[in-house]
Amino acid sequence: MTMNNVGRPTAPGAAATASGHTSLTGARGLLQDEPLIFELGGWDKTGVDFDPPDHDAYDLGDLVRTAPIGIPGLSEPETLRHYVRLSQKNHAIDLALYPLGSCTMKHNPRLNEKMARLPGFADLHPLQPQSTAQGALELMDRLAHWLKTLTGMPAVALTPKAGAHGELCGLLCIKAAHEAAGNGDRRRVLVPTSAHGTNPATAAFVGYSVEEIAQTADGRVDLADLEAKLGPDVAAIMVTNPNTCGLFEREIIEIARITHAHGAYFYCDGANFNAIVGRVRPGDLGVDAMHINLHKTFSTPHGGGGPGAGPVVLSEALAPFAPAPWLVHGPDGLELVEEARDQAAQTFGRMCAFQGQMGMFVRAYAYMRSHGSDGLRQVAEDAVLNANYIKAVLSAEMTPAFPDGPCMHEALFDDHWLEGTGVTTLDFAKAMIDEGFHPMTMYFPLVVHGAMLIEPTETESKRELDRFCDALLALARAAKAGDVERFTGAPYLAPLSRLDETMAARKPKLTWRPEHATPLAAE
Amino acid sequence: MRYLPLTPDDRAQMLGVIGAADIDALFADVPAAARKRELFDLPKRAGELEVERELGALAARNRPAGDGTFFCGAGAYRHHVPASVDHIIQRSEFLTSYTPYQPEIAQGTLQVLFEFQTQVAALTGMDVANASMYDGSTACAEAVMMAKRVTRREKAILSGGVHPHYAAVTQTIAHAEGMTIVRQAAAIDAEAAVIDAIDSTVACVVVQTPNVFGVVTDVTKIAEAAHAAGALLIVVTTEAVSFGLLKSPGEMGADIAVAEGQSIGVGLNYGGPYVGLFACREKLVRQMPGRLCGETLDAQGRRGYVLTLSTREQHIRREKATSNICTNSGLCALAFTIHLSLLGEVGLRQMAALSHSRARELVGALNGVCEVLTPRYFNEIAVRVPNASAAVEALLADGIVAGVPYSRLAPEAGLDDVLLLAVTETTTSADIAALSAALKGRLGR
Repeated sequence: MTMNNVGRPTAPGAAATASGHTSLTGARGLLQDEPLIFELGGWDKTGVDFDPPDHDAYDLGDLVRTAPIGIPGLSEPETLRHYVRLSQKNHAIDLALYPLGSCTMKHNPRLNEKMARLPGFADLHPLQPQSTAQGALELMDRLAHWLKTLTGMPAVALTPKAGAHGELCGLLCIKAAHEAAGNGDRRRVLVPTSAHGTNPATAAFVGYSVEEIAQTADGRVDLADLEAKLGPDVAAIMVTNPNTCGLFEREIIEIARITHAHGAYFYCDGANFNAIVGRVRPGDLGVDAMHINLHKTFSTPHGGGGPGAGPVVLSEALAPFAPAPWLVHGPDGLELVEEARDQAAQTFGRMCAFQGQMGMFVRAYAYMRSHGSDGLRQVAEDAVLNANYIKAVLSAEMTPAFPDGPCMHEALFDDHWLEGTGVTTLDFAKAMIDEGFHPMTMYFPLVVHGAMLIEPTETESKRELDRFCDALLALARAAKAGDVERFTGAPYLAPLSRLDETMAARKPKLTWRPEHATPLAAE
Repeated sequence: MRYLPLTPDDRAQMLGVIGAADIDALFADVPAAARKRELFDLPKRAGELEVERELGALAARNRPAGDGTFFCGAGAYRHHVPASVDHIIQRSEFLTSYTPYQPEIAQGTLQVLFEFQTQVAALTGMDVANASMYDGSTACAEAVMMAKRVTRREKAILSGGVHPHYAAVTQTIAHAEGMTIVRQAAAIDAEAAVIDAIDSTVACVVVQTPNVFGVVTDVTKIAEAAHAAGALLIVVTTEAVSFGLLKSPGEMGADIAVAEGQSIGVGLNYGGPYVGLFACREKLVRQMPGRLCGETLDAQGRRGYVLTLSTREQHIRREKATSNICTNSGLCALAFTIHLSLLGEVGLRQMAALSHSRARELVGALNGVCEVLTPRYFNEIAVRVPNASAAVEALLADGIVAGVPYSRLAPEAGLDDVLLLAVTETTTSADIAALSAALKGRLGR
């Protein structure tokens, strides 16, 4: 053993072999237990310094709030420590591959963050004179041009604030178009069983009844079933392409043709646009409306659940019904039009208070400009290549749901290969956490039993893909070898073990209240 | 390409493992007619430097609010946000994580959401709040839809003081759902006028305080009238900092409180992303839209947080969901929560008092210059200026962005002489003096 000059050992010795060790405080090295802000903060403490107001504020009589609000404060160092400690309990793309199928968890370039924070974008008021925001409007116009060119569609509504909001926008356009044509009695929307939950929810939200379209054995829309269900009362079909099984709808052009032949519109869920960007234009497939999740394909950060952005590209037939405001080239430059001024525009209304997610527009545009037409094509190719590679490698131990032919940007497995092991898809996913990876999307799409939907995206290196595949193969072998506890009790190494969701739902505690206080280290 | 790690060698090797001849083989399912062989007619890839130059040039053509005298409000307010807020939200673990579907490795996001929900409930004086909506306007529309589910009635009354864009969003959604919206004519101080329109067919009344003209209203009597008729009261607030000075919607009897949270932590961003606040009475929680985070225990009995009551949501209930919302405004909710943790009750009250104090100073400075139309205000007032829109354009020459003409929000309302002026703690006495002098010059007084 080496010693330094005051006798401090510098080799690990026996310390390195200790296992199953627990700390006295509940902390695990760098990972600290962290109370809620309400248990930490002071009612008279603040982390900001203001000068006292020049005027006495209280001339509002009994409109003034006298009771305590109940918001504790912290100094700046305490605030930093609180939230940085909390951050360390999160998985993130920047830590490891994040294979959530249908979510497109790709790298978020930091240049885009820097651009969105330029005061010329971030510190603009939505209602300041448009003559003082021409650069912002120009950016929106350029973004619109890129989105239209990449999709081959003539128009785009920029304002929807997320994918589901985009779906709502698209269906409202469709509804308005039918009403304008005297077809307001079309009440049904057809949605494949494999669709995202937002599709039927959106259709129902705008007052349509929803009917499911069956799926073929090879994971695509059943054309015969679609044709049988189409009729004079169908307003639209909503089809995801590539679909949620990670497959391109081979008959997509025929799907569009028969839909149009029945007087219905074709809404395409563009959640999976990343697979085809730069290579295939939805406009060439007969799509009438499609939302684009800027937070997926164009890499605006997911931020723990938003904000997203869901611009909707529209066909000529639907363009006149787009929501306000829209952008026009006027005599004095670009202009946002808030209300219909002539017969050409038959807007269905408004999606949100202002002109959409400008902060996301800046990021998405910076992303597009960085990639260019060549880079975006490479995005789709590498995304599809990575997914097919994972499918090929993992097929050694796992069963792909649709083994024949290539997949697109995500690889879908069922739980057939887990039969008899005593391990479920959920267990397997939780064991991935112990190996340092975020689980894949599970039990979705609903059409595949015990589904595991893996979307690596194009921003993973071959080394990371191999690391991921090696981990999953090792887990699969462990499951098959009867190492069941590794799975049923997983995760063991996460900040917390499995949480009781039933308890959370039965007696919901949705806010902290003093009487709810549970001392952190009570157990 | 700097964001794409695969090398040509990697690609060749991987195609070999897959057993595909080339990349085109993987796109074999795409109909031949739709396969684009050539690159699209768009510029090719660009380096960081080039992109920075292009976007920098676009940004330079805009006039940021912080560049000088600035009085715009009407639903978006420029407050000072401490530097540490933006620093924390840019941490990888917050910025690059997804919706917390795997609670064991998302406790950071989940605990923040629980703190956010508690803060929003406290600010609004309600029992529970959700994990955020897209913005205040969509929160307002969702609240009206929720009132329909709760009461099984199909009519909503909107006061003439509700922000016209909020009213338009609500009308758009309500129309699609087959609900009737009665929107009262724009009026400066007439929230209480909704009382006369309440009857037993009304699902909810929607009032705003401070309203779009800046008027602060005690809505207690409106709540009483709504409840007597079996209707819900929805209170809208577009300036969340006002919760630091004014009586909360909950204290005044609101059943649902919705608000734009942008003023706290988020910034202006030319209209988005923002963060919608949505809070209600506990008994209504199962009809709420959006994500909810709840407290529970893990297998070892340790406290933790999960997304809960998801049987209301689209990914479980599909067409029977309470809303189609999926992604919300997580990172903005985080910014809101951090800023509010820094402020605390003390800081929030100071910020609100300062904003209100500036408004008093503004009203004083406009004495004898133009008529102030707002009788009771927080930090925003409506003033009478003939052809307000032209006045704002003219004052740009003096380096002053002189607020929002009401006609910008509602061109057809016939209120072309109403100008909305907002101030916050960022407004200086010099700003106020400059505006007053410029308006005086223009109005010839």
